[in-house]
Amino acid sequence: MSNTELDAIYLTIALASITTVLLLIVSTPLAWWLSRRRGSVSALLEAVVAMPLILPPTVLGFYLLLLFAPDTFLGRLWQQLTGSQLAFSFSALVIGSVIYSLPFVVQPLQTAFERIPHNLLQASATLGARPLDQFRSLVLPLSRRSFVTAASLGFAHTVGEFGVVLMIGGNIPGETQVLSIALYDSVESLRFNEAHRLAGALVVFSLALLFLLYRRDRQSAWRVRA
Amino acid sequence: MAGACLNALTLDIKCSGNNGFSLEVNCQLSANAITAVYGPSGSGKSTLLDCIAGLRQTASGSIIRLNNETWQDASNTMPVWQRHIGYVFQDARLFPHLNVQHNLDYALTRRPRSVDIQLEQVINWLELDELLSRSTDTLSAGQKQRVAIGRALLSAPQLLLLDEPLANLDHAARQQCLRCLQRLSQELQLPMLYVSHDIEEVSQLADHLLLLEQGRLVEQGSLLALCSTLDTRLSREEQAAAIVTAKVSQHDMKYGLSELTVDGHSVWVNHLPHAIGQSRRIRIPARDVSVCLRRPLDSSILNILPVSVVEIEDANTARLLLRLSLGSQYLLARITRKSCVQLGLRVGDKIYAQIKSAALLMESTDPA
Repeated sequence: MSNTELDAIYLTIALASITTVLLLIVSTPLAWWLSRRRGSVSALLEAVVAMPLILPPTVLGFYLLLLFAPDTFLGRLWQQLTGSQLAFSFSALVIGSVIYSLPFVVQPLQTAFERIPHNLLQASATLGARPLDQFRSLVLPLSRRSFVTAASLGFAHTVGEFGVVLMIGGNIPGETQVLSIALYDSVESLRFNEAHRLAGALVVFSLALLFLLYRRDRQSAWRVRA
Repeated sequence: MAGACLNALTLDIKCSGNNGFSLEVNCQLSANAITAVYGPSGSGKSTLLDCIAGLRQTASGSIIRLNNETWQDASNTMPVWQRHIGYVFQDARLFPHLNVQHNLDYALTRRPRSVDIQLEQVINWLELDELLSRSTDTLSAGQKQRVAIGRALLSAPQLLLLDEPLANLDHAARQQCLRCLQRLSQELQLPMLYVSHDIEEVSQLADHLLLLEQGRLVEQGSLLALCSTLDTRLSREEQAAAIVTAKVSQHDMKYGLSELTVDGHSVWVNHLPHAIGQSRRIRIPARDVSVCLRRPLDSSILNILPVSVVEIEDANTARLLLRLSLGSQYLLARITRKSCVQLGLRVGDKIYAQIKSAALLMESTDPA
């Protein structure tokens, strides 16, 4: 394997890992909020979160590219804070990936939270548990499996993204050239051996991850529910 | 309300629910007793408990105060987790991801201060030692409810709320839970509010009674007094019954009977498992009491007690209630108006009340 390929693999794993961690941090309160509210505001927010499911990734990428440009507010702010430009950077990829994979993490968590009986939370409140304590001692353990599912889906989906990355990341080896882009690059330049290796690795990775997820769900299908 | 009251639960609750239902309860309860909240289903009993616990929002102007601590007034609502209440729900609400021991620990680790109630005591009272390592979904309904009661006690509550805790239990489990609750009420100085629509349960446990109907408080007072008064909602019900306290005085193994004394008068009932000298409440349904002017000498009925007529219900119905005094306690008798006229009954008359022995039983006699 060439250095460019190893770089691409490393970059992909780094991007997916960082994105997954950020997604869990952002999605947990968001999913909790959505699971407890019924109204127009939450419906609108739910729709926004779900948009990446139907929008072509290039649409999202296009708007993010405009937003990240050096002459926008965000672009200037970023430049001031970090000293480097946002567009075509690894950071831009992370932001784009978080938005793009958001529904894959929020939705399983929201479903899990909705299934937690409200009356158990009431019971724990009468036993002296504050809201954060209730979340930690009841909600987290009761939705543990959904967290694993959400994290896996977020990770896998980030590994598989292409359109958004291409639009906002460009194709800079070592900075923004992730696996899917490297594959596209090798096909464009007719390096089919390289393309086979990359594509094969992605197929094996996806199949293995999904197999593990589905097998686990089947083995002990959601026992923790009253 | 004037001044702070020690040992009192002060309630002035307004709360509106679905379909135009509204709850309005204004009363002050002694905080060292077991108070039963009794009434037909839909009368707002559980809503009242939820309001007290803070699980349900009350309308503005509501006041909830326990001793000197204000839980709810015009400006403040104390959150549920600061009220230090124990709440036993009708559906035990054990945490499914924790086993029995860990469910109990959940309460122990969160209780505010070290108190007298110890884990070993609770396990002992509620007969939980066999269950500790069990997963909650392997428990029967009765076992779940006992664990739930234990969990609530271990949180060291200053007030225990019980919302029909025995409603889903079969007869045997119900009797076992009742025994446990009776034991608790004797061992602990813990005020309890006990919601039930079962007058039998209420008669066994409660000292005081709140009677709710359609969200309004219609009667309140001491259980024994309320049960033997003619013009209450309780006496109007078909199962109207007086409650008297009696002491076990001897067991007659030959005939399988036990003798109780009620103010010096002996009453025979089916054999009871209790030791001699123990005090018991017995419930005597008005329809099982008949009266006669002279003591019958050849009746099959064992319990014939000298009573005097205290009050005769002034009603134009075919049947009416008599209030009879037996020493310092009272019995109710439901007889036809025709008999009342034929016997020429008047207030102050000394007559005899006949009670069917079976009617005295309110507790399962099998000690198993």
